[in-house]
Amino acid sequence: MEPILTARGLVKRYGKVTALDNCDFELMPGEILAVIGDNGAGKSTLIKAISGAVIPDEGEIRLEGKPIQFRTPIEARNAGIETVYQTLAMSPALSIADNMFMGREVRKPGIMGSVFRQLDRPKMQAFAREKLNELGLMTIQNINQAVETLSGGQRQGVAVARAAAFGSKVVILDEPTAALGVKESRRVLELIRDVKNRGIPIILISHNMPHVFEIADRIHIHRLGRRLCVIKPSDYSMSDAVAFMTGAKVPEGVAEVA
Amino acid sequence: MTQAQEFESATKDADQNVAQFEERRSPLARLQHLLHGNPALVPLIVLIGLIAFFGIFAGDRFFSAYTLTLVMQQVAVVGILAAAQTLVVLTAGIDLAIGVIMVFSFVIMGNLVLTDGSPGDFAMPAVLALLAGFVVAAFWGFVNGNLVARLKLPPFIVTLGTWNIIMAICLIYSENATMREADLTAQTQLLHVFGQNFRVGPAVVTYGVVAMIALYIALWFMLNHTAFGRHIYAVGDDPDAAELAGISTSKVLIGVYTLAGVIAGLAAWVSIGRNGSISPSTVVTDFNLQAITATVIGGISLFGGRGSILGVLFGTLIVGIMSMGLNMMNADPQWKVLLTGVLIIAAVAVDQWIRKVSA
Repeated sequence: MEPILTARGLVKRYGKVTALDNCDFELMPGEILAVIGDNGAGKSTLIKAISGAVIPDEGEIRLEGKPIQFRTPIEARNAGIETVYQTLAMSPALSIADNMFMGREVRKPGIMGSVFRQLDRPKMQAFAREKLNELGLMTIQNINQAVETLSGGQRQGVAVARAAAFGSKVVILDEPTAALGVKESRRVLELIRDVKNRGIPIILISHNMPHVFEIADRIHIHRLGRRLCVIKPSDYSMSDAVAFMTGAKVPEGVAEVA
Repeated sequence: MTQAQEFESATKDADQNVAQFEERRSPLARLQHLLHGNPALVPLIVLIGLIAFFGIFAGDRFFSAYTLTLVMQQVAVVGILAAAQTLVVLTAGIDLAIGVIMVFSFVIMGNLVLTDGSPGDFAMPAVLALLAGFVVAAFWGFVNGNLVARLKLPPFIVTLGTWNIIMAICLIYSENATMREADLTAQTQLLHVFGQNFRVGPAVVTYGVVAMIALYIALWFMLNHTAFGRHIYAVGDDPDAAELAGISTSKVLIGVYTLAGVIAGLAAWVSIGRNGSISPSTVVTDFNLQAITATVIGGISLFGGRGSILGVLFGTLIVGIMSMGLNMMNADPQWKVLLTGVLIIAAVAVDQWIRKVSA
C-alpha cells in the first residue's frame, strides 16, 4: 500500500538551532499514526511543515504521490489537510455553526449571495448539525450557542468535528486530550476512532502514553529533529517508547547518531 | 466504546452525561444567558426606561412625536460616527481619530465647492467635492488600518497620533476660515441635502436621520449575514484563532478602519446639512469621545468581538433622550454629563458580568 503522505529529508533551521534534521515521515491510508517525542525534539515543527504553518528549508513533501509546497495553512486546508490545534482556533463568542465555517462560509445562491454577499445560514447550520450528529455529539443542543458556553470536551468535539467534516485526506490532532478530564478524554478518543472508521487517516501528537498506545496503529518516535523509528504499540511497552524518545535506550537496528 | 484503561473503571459509577446541560438555573443566571445571547437588550431596556421616566416627569411635551424626532435629528451625526466606532471596537481596537476625520472631510467638501476668486482656485462640481471628501476620509482610515495591522501598533496610540496630525492639517489647510451657509448654498444644494426634511404628521424627519437608520440596517446586515461581518467578530474575539482558522486578520483590520473612514465621510455630509455652515474650528470638538460613549453604552465590549450594532443605535438615543429630557425638566446641563459617566461605567460593568457566562 502506498503512503498517503510522505516527507523526505525535511530540514528546518531557526538561526543556529536545527529543529528538523533530515527528517522522514510516512502516513498510511486509514491509520492513526501517533507522533511522540521529548520536548524540543522538533515534532511540532514537523507537524507545522505538513500543515503549512512552517515552510521547510529543504526536503520534499508528497500528498498521494504528488509533491506539495504549502505556503500557508489555508493552502494545506484546501488540499484536504485539516489541523486541530491545541488552542482549538475557535472564536469563543461566536456560535458552533459560525466556527465550523469560519473562513469558508457558504453564500446564498442568486443575487442575495453574489451582490449582497448574504450567508446561507440554514444550509451551514444543517451541515454543522449533520456533522455533529455523525460523530454522536448531539448532546450539544443548540447549534447557535456560543462556543464559550461549551465545556472543554464539547469544544474539542466541535473542533474535531470541524476537521473531520472538511479534512478529506488527513486530519492532524495536536494534543487533543491535554486539557481534558478523564471522562472527556475518553469521549474524545472515541471521537478519534469514529473519524478513523470513516476512512480518514489521523496524525496524533500526544504526550499521553496510555492514550497513544491505546489508539495508535503505529507510533513515530521523534528524537533530535528526526525520525528515530516507527514502532507498533503491540511490539513494545510504554517504557520502551519513553526510553527511545529520551535516548535512554536505542531500538534494534537503529544507530544512535547524536 | 474504545477499550478503557484500568484506572478509568473508577468513573463508571459517575454521572455518564459528559456533555449535558444543567437545566435548572437560577433566575439571575438565566438573565445572564439571555443578555449573553442578546447584547442589545440592556441598552434597549435602559432606553425604554428613560423614555417612560421622562414621559412621566417631563410631561406631554416630551412624549410627543415632535420631540422624539427632534432627538433623532440631534443625534444623527454622532450616531453615524458611533456606527463607525462600533466596527473598530468590535475588532478590539479604538478610533480616536474618527471625529477629526469627519471634520477634515466636511472642510474639504466645503472648500472645494467654493472659490476665493483667486486665479487657479475654481469651484468644483458638488459631486466631485463630495467624492473628494469621502476619498480623504477613507484614506485616513486606510492609514490607521495599515499602522494597526501591518506595523502592529496599538490602535489607541495610532489613532491618538493621527487625531493630532489630522487636526493640525485640517486647521493649516483651512486657515481656520468658516464657510457660510449662504455662500455654500449659492453654489450647490447637494451639500445640504441631509438637512432637508419631510413631515409625517407632527413628526419631522430629516434625510440625515433616514441616512443614519439606513446605515445601521446595512451594517447590521453586514455584521450578521456576511462573511466579512463574521470575520470582524472573530478577529476581535481571538485574532490568533481567527488567523489559524484561515482569516487574514490584517485584511479585515485594514478593511474595518477604511470603512470606518468612509462612514465618517457620510457623517461629514450629514453634518453639513445639520449645521448649515462649515467651521474647521469644530475639529477640537470631542466627537470621538461622544462616539465611544454611545458605543460603550450600546453594549459593545471594548475587549472586542461582542455586542450588537443595534445596541449602539439605542446607546446613541439614550444619550440624546437624556439630554433632551433633563433640558425640559430645567435641570442643570451638568447632570447629563454626570449621568453619562455613570452609564459608561455601568455598561462596562454589565459587559464584564455577561462575559463570565458559562454553561
